[in-house]
Amino acid sequence: MTAKTPCKDPRNRRRRLKSTVAAIAIAAQLVWQVGPAFAFCGFYVAQADAKLFNRSSKVVLARDGNKTAITMASDYEGEPREFAVVIPVPTFIERKQIGVVEMKTIDHIDAYTAPRLVEYFDPDPCMTMEPRVAMSAARPALMTAPTRPVDRGAIHGVTIEASYDVGEYDVQILSAQQSDGLAAWLTENGYRIPPGAGAVLASYIKQDMHFFVAKVNLGRMQLMGHAYLRPLQVRYESAKFMLPLRLGTVNANGPQDLLIYALGRNGRVEATNYRTVKMQTGMDVPLYVKDDFGKIYKAAFDQAVEDADMRAVFTEYAWDMGWCDPCAGAPMTNKELVELGARWIGSDDNSPYYGYRGGADVYVTRLHVRYDAAHFPEDLALMETHDRDSFQVRYVLRHPWRGPATCFNAAAYRDQLQARFKEEAKNLSYLTGGSVADIQKRMAETGEPIRTR
Amino acid sequence: MTTLAITTATLPNRIAALLRGDARHFQIVALASLLVFNLGWIDFGAKPLNSLLAILSALATQWLCTRIWRVPALDLRSPLITGLSLSLLLRADAPWVLAAAAAIAIASKFVLRIDGKHIWNPAGFAIVVLLLALPGHVWISPGQWGTSAWLVTLLAFAAFMVLNAARRGDVALFFLACQGALLVARALRLGDPLTIPLHQLQSGALLIFAFFMISDPRTTPDSRIGRFMFALAVALLAYWLAFSWQMRPALYMALIALSPLTVLLDRLFPAGRFAWRAPEHQGVA
Repeated sequence: MTAKTPCKDPRNRRRRLKSTVAAIAIAAQLVWQVGPAFAFCGFYVAQADAKLFNRSSKVVLARDGNKTAITMASDYEGEPREFAVVIPVPTFIERKQIGVVEMKTIDHIDAYTAPRLVEYFDPDPCMTMEPRVAMSAARPALMTAPTRPVDRGAIHGVTIEASYDVGEYDVQILSAQQSDGLAAWLTENGYRIPPGAGAVLASYIKQDMHFFVAKVNLGRMQLMGHAYLRPLQVRYESAKFMLPLRLGTVNANGPQDLLIYALGRNGRVEATNYRTVKMQTGMDVPLYVKDDFGKIYKAAFDQAVEDADMRAVFTEYAWDMGWCDPCAGAPMTNKELVELGARWIGSDDNSPYYGYRGGADVYVTRLHVRYDAAHFPEDLALMETHDRDSFQVRYVLRHPWRGPATCFNAAAYRDQLQARFKEEAKNLSYLTGGSVADIQKRMAETGEPIRTR
Repeated sequence: MTTLAITTATLPNRIAALLRGDARHFQIVALASLLVFNLGWIDFGAKPLNSLLAILSALATQWLCTRIWRVPALDLRSPLITGLSLSLLLRADAPWVLAAAAAIAIASKFVLRIDGKHIWNPAGFAIVVLLLALPGHVWISPGQWGTSAWLVTLLAFAAFMVLNAARRGDVALFFLACQGALLVARALRLGDPLTIPLHQLQSGALLIFAFFMISDPRTTPDSRIGRFMFALAVALLAYWLAFSWQMRPALYMALIALSPLTVLLDRLFPAGRFAWRAPEHQGVA
């Protein structure tokens, strides 16, 4: 018995809608629970004494050969005027290589790839009928502001290679010759850089990296009527396929979470310098998990991180973009995929992306990593494999038959239920590290009592 | 009672004698243990069907080539090692690719020979040939082994046993020393903390390469000085490919590209030819 709810079947539209809402709710909950904010690929360089935290973030990576688009969504919660970020990039960046992406597009890919719950309803044990199945689940906005003349100057060996207006951001591309020049330049220009950042910047300078510094232009932000900061996207061509984690660990207040949504043409993306592990999936879990899935999945992720001694990157979804089963969200549209950097798909209209099942030109991988400087000393290096197997994090809820059942089979069914409830409790305990007794107690309160004898 | 006592007392000795007799026995035990770990407990990425096909194909190709080249003795230990190595190292999107890899690996031993010695490590050669010929179907996953202390210890122990028995362990140590020196020098140049080169050196993939690939006594120079020069050259080329060209399978590419150097080094610094066992068993192994 499997849950078949293909995306493109219109009969499933209502179900999918419900799922979408649930998935978004779950994703929001997860982010809320991991903490207030983060900044992975770079670090915040506040210009005032605002409280800045680096706790969690989302990155979309689209890769076609050496062409990479990286979209960074931080959950920065401070004052926009205090926002500034420094990100190392492997090449010089021209104006046309930078854009702003709508947050809802990233929310969509997050919901689409989120861990999910599938529900099954037991049939009347006294009748023979098919089981009922239900499911619940967990444009490049390029502004046309005129580009300022390139401002070149060299202070501390730092060259402002270019300055651009990008949506609500003022962006500068910097290069530096002296290893300590950039830190000094940033400090002199009113940026408050975290202690320890200078050494990491120096390392990147020696690796010939360029730097992308973005801060918010409040005037343009008000003019455009945006209440929040939109994710920035940078596109470049480089053999380097990596995420610079190190700067983000400099001002981190404890471990941070990073979600990576990788779009590619070949197959699953994995780390090359850390182990990539698939999250536990496919288990039957107690029904109450549905009411608290965000919190329970977080506990499961915490447990997985602990089991791996915090030295692994976790795969949460890896699937051909052409189909999904069951779908945790509506299919992404061509426009959204192009917005996220998958410019190779040949169309940017509003219709759902379609590729023939198993052979679509877009394959998505969702990676989740919790990192700090002690366990992830090196930047995260990635590679695209040719593995196109389908993987998703999916837990199963089985609703017992609640109607009257008095036939001979009913007693046997009730015995089976007991075994099933015990198994569900054991599974959840294994997943989250919670005690079986506590789980069984909660199950009893939510209609899945386990008899002691 | 007496019979039982005699049996239990002699069994460990017999196993020890078996293992001491040929370094390949240690290698088979080590690689098979890793494969069993992979299939039973910790997923390193090897798949059961792919592994089975690689091993069967390696054994079958060895048998066939032994018949074609009329080698007097059929020795299945080396092809078993090649099949196990490919199962653990090579990833492909279809199982038949593993069978093809094993066939290429074993056939290369019989076809590509100079001075009665094969030039390339069979598994390494097949990996590089397929990475170049079928880039859309095969890959290697250098991150799969992680950096767990238990794995590093296990590999080091297994390697010690294999290399000790093969009496050619120096090449792995030379290579690790060169690689370590290069990575530490890079960290010092960049001002990076030493945790970075330490993390890079703890990589299971690097240790497997050092202990089971570059240290293959049949495809390394016969003299100690030759082995040192060879290990240094492979480490330098791999470093350049990895950091300047961002090449992922840099270690394998470097090893296979430089293996022909062995022929030159053997002529420059002649020394006794390696044999797995006593001379009467020399065949193509």
